Amino acid sequence: MTAGAADMIGGLGRRVIEGVRRLGHATLFMARLMPALGVALRRGRLIVQQLYMTGVLTFVIVVVSGAFVGMILALQGYNTLVRYDAQSSLGLLVALSLVRELGPVLTALLFAGRAGSALTAEIGLMKATEQLDGMEMMAVDPLPRVVAPRFWAGWIAVPLLAMTFSAIGIIAAYIVAVSDLGLDGGVFWSQMQSGVSVTNDIMGGLVKSVVFGFVVSWIAVFEGYDAKPTSEGVSLATTRTVVSSSLAILGLDFIMTAFMLRGL
Amino acid sequence: MDRPKSTEPLVTVRDLAFYRDERPIFQGLNLTVAKGSVTAIMGGSGTGKTTLLSLIGGRLVPARGAVTVEGAVVSSLPRKALFALRRRMGMLFQSSALLTDLDVYENVAFPIREHTRLPEALIRDLVLMKLELVGLRGARRLFPSELSGGMSRRVGLARAIVLDPMMVMYDEPFAGLDPISMGVIVKLIRELNDALGMTSIIVTHDVAEASSIADYIYLLGDGHVIAEGTPADMHNTDAPEVRQFIGGLPDGPVAFHYPAPRYLDDLLAREPS
Repeated sequence: MTAGAADMIGGLGRRVIEGVRRLGHATLFMARLMPALGVALRRGRLIVQQLYMTGVLTFVIVVVSGAFVGMILALQGYNTLVRYDAQSSLGLLVALSLVRELGPVLTALLFAGRAGSALTAEIGLMKATEQLDGMEMMAVDPLPRVVAPRFWAGWIAVPLLAMTFSAIGIIAAYIVAVSDLGLDGGVFWSQMQSGVSVTNDIMGGLVKSVVFGFVVSWIAVFEGYDAKPTSEGVSLATTRTVVSSSLAILGLDFIMTAFMLRGL
Repeated sequence: MDRPKSTEPLVTVRDLAFYRDERPIFQGLNLTVAKGSVTAIMGGSGTGKTTLLSLIGGRLVPARGAVTVEGAVVSSLPRKALFALRRRMGMLFQSSALLTDLDVYENVAFPIREHTRLPEALIRDLVLMKLELVGLRGARRLFPSELSGGMSRRVGLARAIVLDPMMVMYDEPFAGLDPISMGVIVKLIRELNDALGMTSIIVTHDVAEASSIADYIYLLGDGHVIAEGTPADMHNTDAPEVRQFIGGLPDGPVAFHYPAPRYLDDLLAREPS
């Protein structure tokens, strides 16, 4: 074997080990955060404040993206369905795609890019400017005061935003289907109503977005809290939040979809 | 500045050793801070002055020896007792460490809100009293980003004393200030110490300012105390380390050069690529 190949394999191994090490690190952090999550629940005002910050930050982008995705689904779906003379099922197709898959996944990706990175940067900068040290010296534990409310807010926001995304997408698809493609509005809704199952489809999508919300918020607060307290460290952590969140969302989505379709 | 001085110690450091990545910061450090006094801890950059404050505040744990505050060994306190102790210690960070998402008023109110359930009217009175002491009552609606360095340090000071602590630790309180702000801070530290009956520990390398307000000075170097005494003692001493530091001489017992191989050898050698 050439030296170059050996180096490559070695490098790959190091990266895997580094990844596993960080995962362990993040798990330990979560174990420390758990009790703080309970403490933070007693101060709902802080969570609502953070929910407002993160939710509002992401709301506009979720609404706009949801509308576009819905319209595109309507056009593409119609184009395929019309070949089999099945265009009356367009409402069902759009609703299932959004509720089960695109709503949770795209919302989580958008949330990671918009709010997750901001969470990481905020916590990282608080660390870099000694604000967290200052709190510790004032006998205030930053985990329940700073980290836990942000984690809760992210976890709560993602499912709510995902539902918004799907709802907006369906409405946008309806508008395109009825006004542009000339489908009957009643058929669009009635097919959807009879075909979408609350327990399977809607709950399945909800479970996904709850899991994504947990993971994205976890990664965001961990990377921020773990960031090197320098400007370089914070920028690196912000990037890592977006990259790791995106990969985690897609990977978990595959696993959850596989289990859900096979009925566990 | 003739005040009755207590000799009762509030903080004692005994045979303290601390390492950062194998590098010794302290080895056999001993010092005592008397109750009610202003004690200056001086030394060049990198002599571990800030580390010492972290050890006193219990944010770091010594490798050997002990830091005792009010008779309790800080590193052996359980977390709850440590936090209770920290409530009675104020700390002013060099960067002031103000919370950037809160305005001046809320920053000063922060420790009260976190630790007590006082009614809003009382919190307001307490905050305004402390802001009045540092002369920033009128600036209470400004955000930290709108403050000058001197102002934010005064806000940090108001926040450090808002719960009437028994002692305040100042980390480089004079660094990076213009002469007027510096004068204000110097005066405030002494006045607050005496008016509120606190004990103050100042970590600094500003000789003139520290000498003007400290009751007692420790000079650190090589991981231990290399000289100690009242400001007058320090100015009159013949010890070369002290002379170099007080006089601001570039070379002396504390070498100007970071340890390096011989200059000529270094110039002739090639850097391994």
